[in-house]
Amino acid sequence: MPVGHAALSACKADFPLLAREVHGKPLVYLDSAATSQKPESVLDAMDAYYRETNANVHRGVYELAAEATSRFEAGRTAFAKLVNAPREGCIFTKNATEAINLVAWAWGVRTLQAGDEIVITEMEHHSNIVPWQLVAQITGATVRFASVTADGLLDMEDLAGLIGNRTRMVAVVHVSNVLGTINPVARIAEMAHSVDAYCLIDATQSVPHMPVDFAALGVDFLAGTGHKMLGPTGIGVLVAKPEILEEMEPFLGGGEMISDVRKDGSDWNEIPHKFEAGTPPIAEAVGLAAAADYLMDIGMDRVRAHERELAGYMLEAMSEIPDISIFGPRDLDVRGAAVSFALPDIHPHDIAQLVDQHGVSVRAGHHCAKPLMRCLGVPATARASAHIYNSPEDIDVLVEAIGAARSYLAG
Amino acid sequence: MGSIDSLYQEIILDHFRAPRGEGSLDAPTASVDSNNPLCGDEVHLEVRVEDGKIAELAHSGQGCSISRSSTSMLAEEAVGLEVGEALERIEYFRLMLHGDAEPDEDRLGDAVALEGVAKFPARVKCALLGWLALKEALMTNAEGGANGHR
Repeated sequence: MPVGHAALSACKADFPLLAREVHGKPLVYLDSAATSQKPESVLDAMDAYYRETNANVHRGVYELAAEATSRFEAGRTAFAKLVNAPREGCIFTKNATEAINLVAWAWGVRTLQAGDEIVITEMEHHSNIVPWQLVAQITGATVRFASVTADGLLDMEDLAGLIGNRTRMVAVVHVSNVLGTINPVARIAEMAHSVDAYCLIDATQSVPHMPVDFAALGVDFLAGTGHKMLGPTGIGVLVAKPEILEEMEPFLGGGEMISDVRKDGSDWNEIPHKFEAGTPPIAEAVGLAAAADYLMDIGMDRVRAHERELAGYMLEAMSEIPDISIFGPRDLDVRGAAVSFALPDIHPHDIAQLVDQHGVSVRAGHHCAKPLMRCLGVPATARASAHIYNSPEDIDVLVEAIGAARSYLAG
Repeated sequence: MGSIDSLYQEIILDHFRAPRGEGSLDAPTASVDSNNPLCGDEVHLEVRVEDGKIAELAHSGQGCSISRSSTSMLAEEAVGLEVGEALERIEYFRLMLHGDAEPDEDRLGDAVALEGVAKFPARVKCALLGWLALKEALMTNAEGGANGHR
């Protein structure tokens, strides 16, 4: 095996859950596109926060509150560093879905008018479709979908044709959760800016797996989530250019997001706090910091190199399965390690249920991407998705388990 | 969790490999398209009700072994039943899948084999897909007459 695998697969030992068994077999966790497992350092950081410094943030003057605030804000700093973004542009949300909704409601509903267009793609997760449909319903704007090519790439010609003078927002997934496709978002941001539209990227599947440089990509908004990048659930991040946030009205109202509240109206706190109403996910921010630090200690270049090689191994090993259909690009330069597949004789649900008997966790279903499923012409797919703790051996177990599932159902 | 063989019993696999009642009807009195939003499974079910009884039933669609075999068992069991009786059995089947009714072969036929699904909560919707489609078709037929609903 290449050096990359040996070096990174060893970090599996940092993830306590991965030591468990399922149905008497060692767990082979291949559903990291749904959620990742958490290293000990993340668990410890959150545990220590509750045991040692729990207090509400940005409120008290006492020592505990100061410590809690400092640990909470360290989460913002760590995430900002991970994606090379200004820290005042990083807003904590409960997940990436809320981050996209924040833009849809705080910017879209207040700004868009009938005739305006929001351009998205056929490979979006529902979280980057439905918020725009809701906004369109209210404002009279139109949502347009750029198509996906037969080999699972975004059709850039179609996208270029859709982006025009009416376009106000181009919202694109950075890495597809179904196809694994890495979209050229820097180029797409340029296309959006050429018609004075904003560009938002859904980075839930990119930030955990590859270097993502907010400043260099030139996008206006980036939605990320904690639980897919080895951090806890309950925390997401909207990254935005500070100058845009200054102009935007708040999304949710309440405590913390104000500078003054009077009977006749209120004034807003400075960014990013203007967008963080109520007590935020504090322990989660502490966990997020530990996750970002863990990834940065390894180095995102190494994470990407490991997963690129693993994706190559997956495509090669899984192609050996008779009659398998594998969706998404074969070119490793434009794909991550999430591989969707289908077999003519076994439904994805049965695949997932039967390989589970061999300890293998894979996802089956439409992966919250029903428009894409319709493009692919299948009701559902099975999906194996890897992270730094997976090795080629895990893929071997999966391939063997699929063979066993097949014989089981064929009788 | 139950054992895998309690989920995939031989009789279930038999219905899956050779589904009964697959196809379409010449003159359905009601037809329904139903899908499972969790996994994207789809069933198209057609029924002809005559003199208050299910005279014919046919189905097509895409789905997992559990949803396909369950609909096949339904097709075998439902034809000849009065509408009220069919609705009562659909409800009984639903209760069994939630662990709230005993498997009763007189009422459910081969579908008693799906009892094990109760131990796999994620698959209950798969097993119910065709049965709830028939329920919808029968309610439609009772309310609106022929071809009232798509």
